[in-house]
Amino acid sequence: MFEMIVPAFIVGGIICMIGQLLMDLTKPTFTPAHVLVSFVSGGAILGALGIYEPLVKIGGAGASIPLSGFGYSLAKGAMEAVEKRGIMGAFSGGVEATAVGIAAAVFFGYLMSVAFKPKG
Amino acid sequence: MADQTLKKPLLSVTAEKYQTLIKQYTPKPTIIKNVVRAFIVGGIICSIGQIFINLFSSFGLARVEASTAATATMIFLGALLTGLGVYDEIGKFGGAGSIVPVTGFANSIVAPAMEFKREGYVMGVGAKLFTVAGPVLVYGIATSIVVGFVYFLLH
Repeated sequence: MFEMIVPAFIVGGIICMIGQLLMDLTKPTFTPAHVLVSFVSGGAILGALGIYEPLVKIGGAGASIPLSGFGYSLAKGAMEAVEKRGIMGAFSGGVEATAVGIAAAVFFGYLMSVAFKPKG
Repeated sequence: MADQTLKKPLLSVTAEKYQTLIKQYTPKPTIIKNVVRAFIVGGIICSIGQIFINLFSSFGLARVEASTAATATMIFLGALLTGLGVYDEIGKFGGAGSIVPVTGFANSIVAPAMEFKREGYVMGVGAKLFTVAGPVLVYGIATSIVVGFVYFLLH
């Protein structure tokens, strides 16, 4: 049950450190939204170049839970679908591979927004 | 009023000594502190994600499916903790450590949607859910299509 916890902590921690450095060194232009967008696109590009895959193997959730892992899944899905279906796969593969995450985010996001009132 | 005696200076120091004193009392740059906090909080969140992957694997799910299920679970927790007002407190301490993981993505969805609920369930909640998630999906999906297209041309 507790295997891979330490690698996940280290890899995940380092990825978050990079995000913090991006924010602190480029204040105030780099907002949290910019961090999320650049991590998704960055993860997709690193995934396409084959750099992110080893990170997932080493770090497990440490690489898949940060949003760069979402980008990696998008790119991996697109490439795998191109293998199977050709050019149509480029359009379907990314969203297919990440459908659970996207749907969960929309569904749970909606549910909690309706159920709770903001504080203050 | 010209003969008013001047107050004795609080610090009887030379200009040079004053400079060193300034350095001593100026707060240290917070970057190192922020980075360490981001590492700890991000590391803890990813460790929790790993526990879910291990848990779902022990239920017999394949590696990729267990990872997907863990991501969905973390999104649920991030959304719930944002609703309860707990995630903002984590964010104040953790900075990017709470933004970069998918729980931060869930937070960026729930926080504005909850805030704008009074503007209605369509243009309030429905639209504001995508304040940050919109750009993330636009750039993420667009990048994946470009990646797929380049991959198609190279193979």
